[in-house]
Amino acid sequence: MKIKAQVAMVMHLDKCIGCHTCSVTCKNVWTNRPGMEYVWYNNVETRPGPGYPKEWENTDRYKGGWVMRNGRLHLRAGGPISKLANIFYNPNMAELDDFYEPWTYDFKHLHESPKKENLPVARPVSMITGKYIDKPEWGPNWDDDLAGGSAVVPMDPNVQKIQEHIAMEYEKTFMMYLPRICEHCLNPSCVASCPTGALYKRDEDGIVLVDQDACRGWRFCQNGCPYHKVYYNWNTHKAEKCNFCYPRTEAGLPTICSETCVGRIRYIGVVLYDADRVKEAASVEDPKELYEAQLSVFLDPFDPEVIEKAEEQGINHSWIQSAQESPIYKMAMKWKIALPLHPEYRTLPMVWYVPPLSPIMNHITNEQELSADGYIPAVDQMRIPMEYLASLLAADDTAVIRRVLLKMAAMRVHMREKTVGGGDKLKVSKLLEEAGTTPEELEEMARLLAVAKYNERFVIPTGRREMDDGLHYKQGSCSIEDLAPPEGMTTYPYERNESQ
Amino acid sequence: MEQIFWWTIFPYICGTILIVGTFYRFIFRGKSWYAPSTEIFEKKWLRMGSVIFHYGIIFAFIGHVMGVLIPIRFYEAIGVNEHLYHFGAIAGGGLAGLMVVFGLVVMLIRKFSFPRVRVHTTLADYFTIVLLLIIAAMGTYMTLIYSTTVVAYEYRLTIGPWFRSLFTFQPLSELMIGIPTLFKVHVILSFFLFASIPFTQLVHMFSFPARYPTRAPQQYRSRDGYDKS
Ligand code: SF4
Ligand code: SF4
Repeated sequence: MKIKAQVAMVMHLDKCIGCHTCSVTCKNVWTNRPGMEYVWYNNVETRPGPGYPKEWENTDRYKGGWVMRNGRLHLRAGGPISKLANIFYNPNMAELDDFYEPWTYDFKHLHESPKKENLPVARPVSMITGKYIDKPEWGPNWDDDLAGGSAVVPMDPNVQKIQEHIAMEYEKTFMMYLPRICEHCLNPSCVASCPTGALYKRDEDGIVLVDQDACRGWRFCQNGCPYHKVYYNWNTHKAEKCNFCYPRTEAGLPTICSETCVGRIRYIGVVLYDADRVKEAASVEDPKELYEAQLSVFLDPFDPEVIEKAEEQGINHSWIQSAQESPIYKMAMKWKIALPLHPEYRTLPMVWYVPPLSPIMNHITNEQELSADGYIPAVDQMRIPMEYLASLLAADDTAVIRRVLLKMAAMRVHMREKTVGGGDKLKVSKLLEEAGTTPEELEEMARLLAVAKYNERFVIPTGRREMDDGLHYKQGSCSIEDLAPPEGMTTYPYERNESQ
Repeated sequence: MEQIFWWTIFPYICGTILIVGTFYRFIFRGKSWYAPSTEIFEKKWLRMGSVIFHYGIIFAFIGHVMGVLIPIRFYEAIGVNEHLYHFGAIAGGGLAGLMVVFGLVVMLIRKFSFPRVRVHTTLADYFTIVLLLIIAAMGTYMTLIYSTTVVAYEYRLTIGPWFRSLFTFQPLSELMIGIPTLFKVHVILSFFLFASIPFTQLVHMFSFPARYPTRAPQQYRSRDGYDKS
């Protein structure tokens, strides 16, 4: 048993209001520099929709993640030999237009325009070429809140897969927000795709990083990641990706996206897992069994044997204690209400999602009179098709989604009874049984999901620093030193000054 | 004097710049070491140009090893006569040369024609492509046309031994006196290109990730300066 600790995140989709604050704060911290204009480590997608980059879930095109071939795990895009043969041109890599051409506006013109009959306008200017763009045709969240309508929704690979007619009439449509960051997978295909070995997973906290000195810009990680969360910086010619704000988590602080999340949908905590079992768990034949297989690699932080082994292997007390208090452990492993995004990619992703319930319940008009049993068919006929959620979060296994939604519905019934009264409906109904839960668990859940305070939502032990001799230097240093140009305004097109 | 400069002093100056410059850049300017790609800006032309060019230049490199580094005695020993050798060199070398030239022309046109690519092409990039193009075009001309219409020049008796002598620090510069001008220019420009490598993006040619197939797919690293026990 090789015990490793992993910092992980849960996002409670019911609470996401789609405000993009997370994306903006992340961008301002990490990617507002030349070469990275098109990059969003954190993005929030309206689903159904193509996402960012367009159709990132189209594995036939980008060939990300792993597949089982002849009982063995292989990179979908091809192993080392085929990668080396394709090293001069990567057939599966996305182009800038699959993201969008980033632009700014010619604000200067507003200041300098001579007096004219009409008001001056600031025309869009490409941040890549510095030329005017007459008509921007795609951008980040171009399709926000289903604004692309029926022209854009069918571009969603999950919609194509369930082949269900998705109603686009105003009364019948559905939508949900899906905030995404790098999953900091247990079995990252980006790492395995890197010919140089520049990508690595940190021993201490499982954060997946790109070594900027070692990266040679071969670009296989960009599409090797099935979530499309590694980006090519065209200015430094190196790959960059979400780093889970490691300078913050090392100091015990939540990531910027979580810190600033308006809906407080995000939770961060530590989980312990057995690194020796990762490959086995990623290699189960049936994609529907991947979820359970993934759950089986995590270790119970209260088990004395696990604690003893972990301490032997250098995981210190504060990390073990954090693992015991971890909101992630509770939601994903204990209550099983948080699910991994696209488990069928076999990377064992570590950002978990509580599926959204509210839009379904809006369907119910007579909640006052509804008996608890009445919620069971309501969950089955909800507005977001169960198949759609299952395609995102459960490798098409609707039973998994149904169980989670029933539990969430049960929590709602129970807490409603408790706060506004209405008898003991839950005790006599089948809802508890079908959802496989108890009133005590529901109350615990309700507390964490609805009222938990900052230090219950973020249980992050500080990184060990006592052995670090560079502390004095690191205190004032910048994590993106040498990558970002000196502070100040950038003009477009950006010209690199090699002497910097 | 002139002969000593071009065939003794100049090659050593270029070689020194290449070696010292490359190590300097690798050690002190690690973040500037990469395979520069503009694939994110344009894919179709790149596919045609880059793949053909790179495979062409690998073949051309092998051809130069065969022609310049391997002594003529070796071919005699294994029974490859002059006629056979030249036939192989013209066919193989000619094809490699054409691939290189074609790939470079495509890449050059691509650099001009797509604004996203053009804007991010530096002077050093143009310098490298144009110099490579001149050298490759000369080489292809010498292989395909000069050697079939003028004379099948036996460089394995002059350029080959001279080049090898550079490595033993006993340069035989007198061997280079009588060789055709075309060959002289080809060699001098090539050395000039070698000297420019540390200053351009050509350094990526030293970075072929050969260890990839044998390493573990997953990589774990511990934080620097951190003692796990
Ligand atoms: S989600 Fe992150 S860790 Fe997982 S494969 Fe993609 S980049 Fe790598
Ligand atoms: S800040 Fe929070 S609520 Fe707003 S879009 Fe991001 S995840 Fe959703």
